[in-house]
Parts: sequence; C-alpha cells; structure tokens
Amino acid sequence: MVICFLIHTVCPVSALSAGESRILYARVFGPETGAGKFTPEQRRLMHVEKLHVLARPVRSAVAQSREASGGLSDSGVFSLGNAELFPERSLVLWLEVQSLAFTLLCRPHENLLLAEGGLRNIARHCLEELRLLGPGAEVLLKSDRVDALLHRLLPHGQLLFLNHRFDLTLDKEIASYMSK
Amino acid sequence: MYAAATESLIKQAREIKEEELQRFCGRIFKQLHTKDVSGDTVDSLQRLNLIVSATKYARELPSDLVMKLQTVLRSSSCPEQLQVLSSSIIRESSPPSVHSLCSDPSHDSRTFSYVASVVLTQAGNKEDVMPLCHHLLKSLESRLSDGQISRHTLPILSKMITAYPEILTDDQVNLVSRKLVDWLRYASMQQGASMSSGGFFSGPRTRQPAPLTEVDGVVVGNFFTVLCVGQSYTEDQWMNMYTFSMIKSWLLTYDTDGTTNTESDDRSEVDSSVMSMVSATSSSSRLLPPKERLREKAFEYCQRLIEQSDRKALKKTDTELQKACIIESVSIMDIICGEDPSYVYRAFPCIKALYGRLNGDLTYARALLPIAQFYLNHSETAAVDSEAVFCQLFSHCPAEQFNEPMLAFEFVQFCLLNASVLQDRVANYRQSFPNLLKFLAWNSSGLIEEFVELLPSLIAPDTAIELLHTILDLPCLAAALDLQQRSACYHASDRTTWDQQGAKVAACLDAFRQPLYRGLFLYILRPEAGTGDTIDRLKMLHEILADMSESPRVVRCAQVVPVLLQVYFNTVTQKADEKMMNQMLLVLLERNSLLYNIKTFNVEVQKVFSTHLQALCRLHPPLIVDQSREILEFASSPANIYSKEDFYTHVVWVIGEYLSVSYDPRCTVELITSFFESLEAVLFEITQVRQSASPPSFSPRLVTVLMTTLAKLATRSQDLIPRVSLCLSKMRTFARSAPVMACYSEEDTEEIITRAHELINLLKLPNVAQFVLAPSAGGDSPRWHRDTNASLPQGMRAVSGLLHRHSSFLPTTPYGTWWT
Repeated sequence: MVICFLIHTVCPVSALSAGESRILYARVFGPETGAGKFTPEQRRLMHVEKLHVLARPVRSAVAQSREASGGLSDSGVFSLGNAELFPERSLVLWLEVQSLAFTLLCRPHENLLLAEGGLRNIARHCLEELRLLGPGAEVLLKSDRVDALLHRLLPHGQLLFLNHRFDLTLDKEIASYMSK
Repeated sequence: MYAAATESLIKQAREIKEEELQRFCGRIFKQLHTKDVSGDTVDSLQRLNLIVSATKYARELPSDLVMKLQTVLRSSSCPEQLQVLSSSIIRESSPPSVHSLCSDPSHDSRTFSYVASVVLTQAGNKEDVMPLCHHLLKSLESRLSDGQISRHTLPILSKMITAYPEILTDDQVNLVSRKLVDWLRYASMQQGASMSSGGFFSGPRTRQPAPLTEVDGVVVGNFFTVLCVGQSYTEDQWMNMYTFSMIKSWLLTYDTDGTTNTESDDRSEVDSSVMSMVSATSSSSRLLPPKERLREKAFEYCQRLIEQSDRKALKKTDTELQKACIIESVSIMDIICGEDPSYVYRAFPCIKALYGRLNGDLTYARALLPIAQFYLNHSETAAVDSEAVFCQLFSHCPAEQFNEPMLAFEFVQFCLLNASVLQDRVANYRQSFPNLLKFLAWNSSGLIEEFVELLPSLIAPDTAIELLHTILDLPCLAAALDLQQRSACYHASDRTTWDQQGAKVAACLDAFRQPLYRGLFLYILRPEAGTGDTIDRLKMLHEILADMSESPRVVRCAQVVPVLLQVYFNTVTQKADEKMMNQMLLVLLERNSLLYNIKTFNVEVQKVFSTHLQALCRLHPPLIVDQSREILEFASSPANIYSKEDFYTHVVWVIGEYLSVSYDPRCTVELITSFFESLEAVLFEITQVRQSASPPSFSPRLVTVLMTTLAKLATRSQDLIPRVSLCLSKMRTFARSAPVMACYSEEDTEEIITRAHELINLLKLPNVAQFVLAPSAGGDSPRWHRDTNASLPQGMRAVSGLLHRHSSFLPTTPYGTWWT
C-alpha cells in the first residue's frame, strides 16, 4: 500500500534555500501505527514534516541522475533508511518531468513494477488536467482534481491491477469529473 | 517550468490573517446554504482548501462551517466536486472530524469512500476506525448485492488492517475470507451491461452481452481475472480486481504466522499430509475452512494469471500488466507455499515452466527475482535443483542490465534480504561480486547504503584480496561501463555522433575499441571472481581512462569508495588470519601509489589506508618483520613523502611502535639498524639546510614523527644513540632556517625544537628512554597523532623535569630499581 503521494519541485525556487522543494500537492493515506500518542494536530504536523524530509532526497536523486546520464533521467527508486520519521524501511519511487517530481512512498515489498505503472498513469493525468508545465497555478487551486484522480487510480493508497479496459472506464469517469 | 504565480499564491494563503479567514469562512457558510451550487462556491472552497493545506500548523475553522462541510460530505445528492473539496478541507483542518463522521456512515458507495478518507487520515488509534470497520463488515455480512457494497470496501479495509491488524476477530477474518473467495473465483463470466447501448432501435434486451476476451482477443474459457477484457464490467468483476489488488497484503497479515520456513515445515508435517489429500482436487475444497479455502482459490487464481501472461497482448498497457501480474502471482504463491508446503509440489511445475519461458528475455528480467526468491525458499523442500537459476541470475543479469535503475534496486534488495542464505547455499553468489558491483558503480549514490550492508556477505577467504582490488578500482569500472554503453550505441563509422560526445570521451572510446587494450577492459568488466587478484597493466588502464576521471558518474563513484573500504576493513580484520593480514598489508603498500587519478580520491583512500595500516599492525605486530623488505623499501624513498605524506607518516609511526623484540623475537639488531639507517637518511635529506632550499612541502608532524621513531629505534639498539643524537642536534638549525620559518608557524617550529631537545636529553639515560619510548602495551588510542604531540611529550617532559631537578638523586634513589 502506498503511504503518501507528492508533487513537488526539483528546480531551484527563489523563496527557498538550495536543495529544498516546494510541495505543490501532498496526500498522506493514513493511518499509521503508533500515531495514537499524539493529538490530531500533532499528527498533521508530523505528516507535513515527513513530506518535507521526503522531498529533499528525491530532489538530490533527480539531480544526480540527470548529471550522470547527461540530462536524460526519468525515474528512479531508493529506500529511506531507518530514520526516526520513517520507522519501516520504506521505498521512494519518483518520476521526473522537467522541473517537477511525482513521488510515491511505499511499504517495503511493494510490487514496484505495478507502482511504477500506477505512478506514470497518475502523472500523465496530472500533466494533462492541471497544465503543470504551464505558467499558471492550477495545481494549487484545482487540487481537488488530483484528489478525484487519486480517488479512482489509487483509492486509499491501494495500487490497482488495471487492464486497458478498467483503465479506460476510470479515464472516462475522470474526464467527466474534470469537465465540470 | 515552475511559475512565480504559484509562489505568490502560496504566500497569500499562508499569510491570510485570522479575522480575514473567519470572514471568508462566514461567506462560504452562507454560500453553502443556498440551494444552487454556483461556480463562486466552488471557487471559494478551492481557495479555502489551499489555505488549510498551505501551512504546517492546522488551521482552526469555525465549528459551524466544519459541521456544514461534514453535512455536504455525507450527502450523496451533492456533486462529487463538493464532496471532494469538503473531504480535503476537513482532513487538513482543525477541529478533527473523525468521531462525528463515524457516527452515521452513509450507504452511498462514493460518499462512504470520501468519508473514510477523512477518518483514515485523522485516526490515531484502533478505536477511531472501529465504527467504520463495523459498518464495512455489516455490509459484507448482509446479503446485499454487490452494487450496494462500496466499491472501495477492500482498499479501505486493507488500509485499516495494515495499521491495526488486530482490528478483526477470527470470525470476522473468516467472514471476509469467504467474500474474498467469492469475488476472486466466482465473478461473472459475462460482460457488464453497456452504459451506452448503441443505436436508436436497440434496447437493452436486444443486445446480448458480448463474451469477455483474453488480452489477445481470444474468448475467455475460464474464470474471470484481472487479465480478462470486456467493454464494461459488472460490480463483482470490479470487486475481483480490487480483491486481487489487496490479496497479498491480506495473506501476509492473516495467513502467515511469522515463523521461519523450517519451523513451519516441522509444524505442518502432520497437517500437510491431511491437507495434501484434501487439496488434491479442488472440488473437495469446499470442505476446507475459510482461510484454507482462500489460500486454495488464491493459488488457482495465480496459476491462471501465469498462464494468461503467456498470451501476446494487443495493447501495451496489458503487456505491462502481465509482467506485474507475474511478479505478484509468484510472490503470492511463495507466501502460500511458505504456509502450507503441500502446495510446493503443485507450484513448482508452474514456476519452472514460467522460468523456462522468461529466461533470456531481457524485458522480463524483473520477473526473475520473485522466481529466484521462490527457488531459494522452496527448492529444498521439493528437491529441485536451483543452480541453473542462480547461475543465470548472477552471471548474466547484472552484466546486461546494470543500467536499469528499478531492476538494479530490486536485485540488490533481493541480495540484501537473502544475504545469509545466499552465502551458505548458492555457490556462485560470492564469486559474482564483480558483477554485483556493477550496479553500485553505475548508481553509486542511490545504492551505497544497500551495499554498505551487503558487502560483508560478499567477502570470502579466497577472493577477499581480489575484492579489495576491485573496490579500489570501482571508479575505473564506472568509466568502463560508461564506455561500453556508448560503444554499443554508436558505431565508429558514425563520426559525427562519436565526436559530439566530446573529445575526451571520444579518445577513451577509441581506446575501448582497440584490440591492444581489450584484455584490460575484459578484466575490469569480468562477471566473476577467481581469475586473478589484479592485473599487471593496471597503470595502463588508469592512463587510458584518465580523460573520463571528471565525468559525473566516475566522480560520484569515487566518493563512495572510502565508505566501502571502511566496511571492508572493519569486516575482514575481525576474521583475517595471519596470511591474509600479510596480503592486505602488501595491497596497502602497493596500491596507494596505484590509484585512478581522480580529484581528492587519492587523499581519501589514503586516509582509510592509514587508519587500517595502524589497525592491522596493532592486531598483528609481527607483520612489520614479515613484510620488512617491502616496508623498508617504501619508507626509504623520500618520493613517497611528496605523493602520500599522510600514509608515509603512519608507516614511519608503526615502524617506531612495533619494530621491537618485545613484539617479535625475530626482530634482530641488524633489522633495527637497517630501518634506522634508511629513516635517518630520509630525515637528513628532507631537513638539509641549503642556500637555495625551497620551503618544506611536508608538514612539521612528519619531522616530529621521524625524530621520535629514530629515537625509539635507537633505544632498542643502543649503539645507535650517538648517531641519533647527532641527527637531532641538527634539527634546531633546520627549524630556524629562513625557508622553514617562513613556512611553518611559530608553534610548530617550537614543537620541533622542543621535541628534539627532549629526545636528546632522554637518550642520555638510555634505560629511562627505553621505558618512556617503549611500545605501549595498550597502544590503542586512535588519537595517536595527537598523543604523539601531547601525552608522549608530557611523559617526557615529566621525566625531563625530574631529571633536571633531581639529577643528584639518580644513583642513590630508593627507586633505583625502577629504572631497570
């Protein structure tokens, strides 16, 4: 199961220090064990912290991958060590498109091939529906579209085995939502 | 392109004042009360959504608005967009709604799912999700048609049990298991009713539902799976897809006891004979309890998927899905066989056939890993030979696909997970380190953490030295792999693309293609260990690759080598025998001048070498005598100072520390004298004071270490004392000479002069000197070079002080015997 999904920058942002990412969309598919000792507000704060901690190594992985391959990087995966905020050795799957990264945080032993396919599908829809690479700020104001997208393609963090017909049906539902 | 508009919007959202926010909320509250939903309302909700998501600290919203949003969320007649926005706003803000939403969960499928997303995100413990769970189970229990059960029932349930597996009682587990069996195995075999019945004249009754097809277009002849294609799907077919998507997680949670395979083998030995009779025919499976029945049906489903994956799919999406299905199915079968070994005999023919099909097809390489895992876990049970599988895996896969990032990662994870078993049972695992290191060479920063853990499992007694050489040449491997890739892509005749890569790379590519250097590249790119620790013409290889030394991949690789070396030495020194320690010492001496020339690489490797030289000698002091010839040769050459001062200094120090008859009875006076003479010559040469002398290019520490070592050696062969005293007396002149004064700090020159002075004094009393400069039994301070400047001088100063103040005491002191 997927723990969270992020869309964030992997290019320099003037308002931020070097190496930091601006998170444009984040969705944490709770709950997590051991979270009970905290209040809901504290839990939310922890989630936000985790997401920022997550975005940073993705940013450097993207940069290194681009550098090593002469600018042709596309996707990659690494594991987050046993850090305080991520007790299980979770897997980070990322997909880079120009200045943006789409990142999934998964449990260990996830079917990575399925996750990769799922991530590409989600990214494709996001790019189409939100004009992410354009000059506007739709991603921020129309984040309900991403929610609706995830609701169908990654419900509660569940990766789905979708053949092209299941996919098509969901695509139609998504298109119908977006047109409203 | 990342827009400035986005930045300013975020800023506004974060900086909105509390009163303004409250006013805004008030407006939204009114808007939500009007009958029709206007574009304005949606707009406002979207802005509110941004506001609550933009800050780290949860925003507090007025409770009447929160309640209104909850109502909107729960009302199925509201447009989906409002539900989505309400769900998101409630999730991200304060006060939490987890309890108020649970009190009356809706029956509408979509609404239920959006409500659940709030509850799941805000839940802090099992109790918070209990009501949701109860509602879900109730809907499964009652004889509702599938259309009335929420489509997202299984993802929601799966999420809950991942966090709180104890949330379901055994009875509830059985209940769910029965439903899962129904969906998995007994879903409809016909297509669903089309949404758009085409044609004005054709009503629903005139259109026969078309049959489902396999991914290659052939009509389906067996039960429904995710690889069955139809124009539209029925509800239970959707549930079939959702079930398969979470079945692995379910089995891992409720069908495994967390025991090791061997334990479960013993335990189920009695049961399995019964089970194997019962599970032999699927018709009798109705007699099985729900858990076991689910296992049986899941197994059948996986077998069917594996067969279906052999078909040539018409759409690319489906081809990719087939691969994912193979991986999932093999993993699930692996889990089931782990729980009930009687399945192993049924699984193996299927897995073997699958392996035969996929072997050699590079596009299916990732699917080989779960197959290999299956062999590793169960081949012993089934008495099946797995050697060929692992041979293929370790000998070919890394060499051919080191540059596939996902495969590389999964391969290394596989090794890590199974390291101890691979070490013991798979003969060519440890032999394959040259191949495995290709993954690391290509993607150093991405895989270094994994390799730090993995490396100890790759160390075998007969190949340990070869491994050390390979680690040192990892950046060369990175360069060679890069050239190999480029060479495969570009033909020499296509000069334009060739030259476009830059003159440097083009030159290296030319070298790669030349028959003269073929042997060198074949060596560095070899798949297996055992053909020789290293090659004679290594220097030539470094020279050929010199132009690649600044390429990013090579530079990153060079950065991880010191880390890997530390792991290597820390592991090996614990287990090494005398012979290996000798070999390692030789490698240290030999290789520190034979490294691929990358910026700072030499310096960093040297540091590691220095630390471990000291550790080796401390563990086994006789090494100095064993390798006296090589060490002496190294120490005698002042050229070694200029290229590797740090390491040289450490060599001199270990000589002083460990070359003594108290550590090794073979240490003769002749040996001590020959070392003394060589070091004396070096010190003399580097401290010559001439008119035209240039400032020293070495640090003052080298001088003090040389002086101290010479003094130490002299105490062990006291004929040398006059010589060393003479040598030391010249140090003052050296330190006070103009070039040295210009180069070293006042403190450092003082230190040299003081130390020389103290040593001279100490050597006037040879027995005292011998005691003070004796090999320290402990000798284990890692801060030895600070100690050399601190505690040893302190000791000496204390003694010097004593000598000066109490010189008259000496012959008659009651502590006379203390000196001997």
